[in-house]
Amino acid sequence: MIPRLIRRDRASLRMAVLAPLLALAAAILVNLVLFLAMGKDPAAVFYALLLEPFLGWSSFSEVLLKTGPLLLIAQGLAIGFRAKVFNIGAEGQFILGAIFASAIPVYFPQATGGWIWPAMLVMGALGGALWAVVPAFWRVRLNANEILVTLMMSLIAAQVLNYLLLGPWKDPQGFNFPQSVMFQYDAMIPILLPGTRVNLSLLLALLSAVLAWAYMQRSFGGYQFLVGGLAPKAAAYAGFSESRAIWLSLLIGGFAAGLAGAAEVAGPIGQLQRGISTGYGYAAIIVAYLGGLHPIGIVASSLLMAALYIGGDNAMVSADLPVAAVRVFQGSLLVFYLAAITFVRFRLVWPIRKGGAA
Amino acid sequence: MEPAPLLTLRGMTKAYGQVVANDAIDLTVGQNSIHAILGENGAGKSTLMKLIYGVETPDAGEVVWQGNPVQLTSPAEARRLGIGMVFQHFSLFETLTVVENIALIVAGPKAALAARIRELGQDFGLDVDPFAHVHSLSVGERQRVEIIRCLMTEPKLLILDEPTSVLPPQAVGLLFDTLRRLRDRGVSILFISHKLDEIQALCDCATILRGGRVTGRVDPRAHDAHDLARMMIGRDMPPPMQAEPHPVGEVRLELAALDHAPDDPFAVGLSAVSLRLHAGEILGIAGISGNGQAELAKLLSGETRLSAARCDEVRLMGQGVAHLDPAARRALGFAFVPEERLGRGAVPEMTLADNSLLTAHPLGLLKRGFIDRRREAEFTAACIRDFDVRTSGPDAEAGALSGGNLQKFIMGREISLRPKVLFVAQPTWGVDIGAATAIRQRLVQMRNEGVAVLVISEELEELFEICDRIQVIHKGHLSPSLDARNTRAEEIGRWMIGAAGVAA
Repeated sequence: MIPRLIRRDRASLRMAVLAPLLALAAAILVNLVLFLAMGKDPAAVFYALLLEPFLGWSSFSEVLLKTGPLLLIAQGLAIGFRAKVFNIGAEGQFILGAIFASAIPVYFPQATGGWIWPAMLVMGALGGALWAVVPAFWRVRLNANEILVTLMMSLIAAQVLNYLLLGPWKDPQGFNFPQSVMFQYDAMIPILLPGTRVNLSLLLALLSAVLAWAYMQRSFGGYQFLVGGLAPKAAAYAGFSESRAIWLSLLIGGFAAGLAGAAEVAGPIGQLQRGISTGYGYAAIIVAYLGGLHPIGIVASSLLMAALYIGGDNAMVSADLPVAAVRVFQGSLLVFYLAAITFVRFRLVWPIRKGGAA
Repeated sequence: MEPAPLLTLRGMTKAYGQVVANDAIDLTVGQNSIHAILGENGAGKSTLMKLIYGVETPDAGEVVWQGNPVQLTSPAEARRLGIGMVFQHFSLFETLTVVENIALIVAGPKAALAARIRELGQDFGLDVDPFAHVHSLSVGERQRVEIIRCLMTEPKLLILDEPTSVLPPQAVGLLFDTLRRLRDRGVSILFISHKLDEIQALCDCATILRGGRVTGRVDPRAHDAHDLARMMIGRDMPPPMQAEPHPVGEVRLELAALDHAPDDPFAVGLSAVSLRLHAGEILGIAGISGNGQAELAKLLSGETRLSAARCDEVRLMGQGVAHLDPAARRALGFAFVPEERLGRGAVPEMTLADNSLLTAHPLGLLKRGFIDRRREAEFTAACIRDFDVRTSGPDAEAGALSGGNLQKFIMGREISLRPKVLFVAQPTWGVDIGAATAIRQRLVQMRNEGVAVLVISEELEELFEICDRIQVIHKGHLSPSLDARNTRAEEIGRWMIGAAGVAA
């Protein structure tokens, strides 16, 4: 008795909302078994992983700090994903954004004035977008798969960062550590919530959600993206340009990731160093999908993923959980979500036992 | 004593979700009989054949084969019993030869198979070279290969699904000779069709389906076409509306010796294609599918573009447009209803309202780059009302509509653009007779209002009904213009197989 999938007459809104919750439940269940097999106390792990981040202002403010870059990158990526342009290289675009932004304090360490941090953000966004020009160009010109090119560009970005930190941009007074000078005060984004590390870039991230919502849900430009993603032939029939969609998708994604990278070096880190990204660019892919590629959903999913980051750190410290287990939890969340969204358009039908009716 | 019937079905029922495709169907096929299954698109003919050939299993019902109850659980089982099927869409490997294709199903050394192919060819008028590559064969020859492949397994029952829909008129007669010879040699045939004249010419028995039920069992030779049609569609056949001659206006669309070699190696290239479409006329493009219609349509719509240097090879309203994209051509007054409705003419996952935007967005459905939801809904509601689209409303997803209703919606959307040139590919494919008549009448009405209408269709009857002129496409060549009122079907048929015009 194998149930069959039957297409629904229309997408189920109820399932669309339920899917991430089901995915979370399934991920918890499967990882429970995993934690037990590893000999960890699952209660302690889940407490540290899922609850602790929300208990207490100081840990919750750290969650908000991580939410910023995830939200920003995921909003940018989701626009492209809905057009079926798969930018997997937000990590590299994030790094380039951080490098471009750092150029100002590295070359002008004595400069002062309120213009510095806004200029850094602009530089960062341009840097990220520039890094996305390469895959966009080759995709439009030679139909080179953007998944591969963006991914490889990320590896290059990491090496560019290494080169700068080990060579020209190394802090002369830094005891040979691969990091830049500490940035001056005016190169830091002003703090939003006093007493925490949360800065104004969180507002930028929230603004990006509003803009993404207006663009994707209300504008004709966003509509063209959706058509291109759902039915490329219909987009060609209507005369919506595919190259335009590819260019815009990758540039928007790179712009947002670069902005996030700039906000990271001009925010909590305060210098350019190797560990500027803890996989934000990849985690944002999960965030984008968990949020149903919907601007509002992504706000919720970025908060959840940020909490998992903080919770993961907690669990590593208090429950002795290896970092790989945290990654497994994040990954399983995505896998279960992708399975769960099947039920938005399909429903399960169990075969009726034969013989009874005849 | 009467011999036991070859095949008897009792109470065959098959439902897909909420849709009951076959509802308690009884069918008896005698020995040495050519038995027609007659019905409109969606009447359940194909489902019934799939049940008989074991592709689908029924929800209820029993099958009796030569007096013994059997379970048809797979095509292999059906073939073992002696049931063969020739599908509407062929399943041959184009890069293999005829004998290689047949060797995939029938065991034996190739030389023996080739000899057998020749022998069957002679016996049944199925002439084909066993060592020819399938890609070099015409559609009619490919169909013969399919039939030979079935005959190799010595079936007692041969199912043919709409076999004439892919054939030019001349080849239909040859196929019928073959089928009659098969019957005389003891093979019964289930012949699926919706063409009444063919069934009257060929079949000795007909089972008529409507809405998944049997609505008649008759000898088609003893009834006239009107009776059959009434059983098939449940009411009197709508009278054909012959388009009256009508004065024409200026040239609206012009192709001048257009050559095009597509990038896709499997697409058909076009050579020296010329046509002129005037205001107030309907020009039909006839031809067997796969002769360049799809490529021609894309060149006309702008989905395929030429370089700016060649812009004059497609002229719209006197202007060279071959380099312009579809939106720019639409802005000049061009509208297009493609043959693929889902995924090209409409996005299945989007609501009808959002599908209105696809091409009708210039009609004030946008406000400063943002979608005006109120205007969008009004436009869609008007389209649904004016073109009699049966749906729950503008919020229904396009993918949930039946083929005919979606076609009416797309036609409505494109007509609402008030085009100067309306181009429709396969206007009534998969559309039931009532809706098809409405669509044809609408096209004639557009013509009478002075619109230049271009129709690509494989249905010759349809073209004769509505067109002023017909041109025939064959292997990427377009015939000269033929007057639809003074040309016989046989002549169009000669052009369809490339036999005409050579001597002339």
